Amino acid sequence: MSELVKYNLLDWKVQPPYLHPAYKSTVKRSPSRPLVPLTQSLAELTGPVYGRDEIHPLDNDLTKNSVKTGEPLGERIIVTGRLLDDRGKPIRNALIEIWQANSAGRYMHKVDQHDAPLDPNFHGAGRTLTDENGVYRFTTIKPGSYPWRNHLNAWRPHHIHFSVFGTNFLQRLVTQMYFPGDPLLPLDPIHNSIPDEEARKRLISTYDHDVTTPEWALGYRFDIVVCGPRQTPFE
Amino acid sequence: MMKQSASQTVGPFFRIGLIYSQAQSNLVNEQTSGERITLTGVVYDGDGQPIPDAMIEIWQPDAKGIFNHALDPLQEQADPHFRGFGRAENRNAGKYEFKTIKPGGRDGMPPYINVHVFARGMLIHAMTRIYFSDEPANAEDPVLNSVESERRHTLIATREESDGSPVYRFDIRMQGEDETVFFNP
Repeated sequence: MSELVKYNLLDWKVQPPYLHPAYKSTVKRSPSRPLVPLTQSLAELTGPVYGRDEIHPLDNDLTKNSVKTGEPLGERIIVTGRLLDDRGKPIRNALIEIWQANSAGRYMHKVDQHDAPLDPNFHGAGRTLTDENGVYRFTTIKPGSYPWRNHLNAWRPHHIHFSVFGTNFLQRLVTQMYFPGDPLLPLDPIHNSIPDEEARKRLISTYDHDVTTPEWALGYRFDIVVCGPRQTPFE
Repeated sequence: MMKQSASQTVGPFFRIGLIYSQAQSNLVNEQTSGERITLTGVVYDGDGQPIPDAMIEIWQPDAKGIFNHALDPLQEQADPHFRGFGRAENRNAGKYEFKTIKPGGRDGMPPYINVHVFARGMLIHAMTRIYFSDEPANAEDPVLNSVESERRHTLIATREESDGSPVYRFDIRMQGEDETVFFNP
């Protein structure tokens, strides 16, 4: 077998630690022993591949993919960006899944008992594949903030959950996209778990007037970067 | 070089976005080659309580040990009826369950399944591996051998028969005396 190109490790200057006591649920759910180094093999350098035929055309439009009686309520937005590796190379045909609260700050989930209305026309989930340039695009509703009982008067900033597959097991990433100017961001233990200020900023989307569609929806841009190859043999 | 995007927790409501089909925990169809197995277990927190909002993802080769991926030089021989990826919630008092096939080993090495664990309260996923208790080649595996001998058992699923069909039990302990070995690949 030819020599496998190894991938960069998770960057722990950027990634949150398992244990972050300000986020209380981490206390009993964080591994306490050091991670064991692993030599990357074919099992880590491969991953699931998805086809266009597995994605429904409305899957990336959360304002349309679960309507029952009419349009969902709230501020319609477009979220777009690129999926890149850390060498800046676009990752094509990669599955991106999102989920979020509705405009009132309530999830369509039985565990969510926040006293805010459900929207029968908004399930709050979507998925898509990146295109040839690593670009994805969703149409959705701006999610509301909601309380989460981590501490007294704890409220999550507006956010959309992102689940990303790259081309292999090592590029797997689940993260959250935030919104610019949100006053709850500096108060949020989950966002603050990220040890580096620049890395925290990179999870905040930017308003982009060129993405905004006249008479229709505001536009936000959010790029995602996952680990890339350490070197390529033919460069 | 660009900096990586930071991970954030899946939170408690990932089900609405990530668990959209029962088929995600069933990796096989009638035409898939290989020995059908059930892979099941419980994810425990540091108090020994099942975690009700955890999610397990698995990635494995087919019964011949081939990954259905372009990087595998044997991909042309891969089972076209097996993708090798599965996702399951830790439901029913914290138990997850996959229907899959036992993967094949490769180049004399024992078979294994790669695992990612996600949960509310985990800011970033944790990676581990499932080996199988009935594989003598485990003794030769460089990854198993890189782990302290008293922790190695946390990576080995135990085979139990259930009505004649094999069930492998693999519990995951986030903390405690038998804390599962997690990797930094």
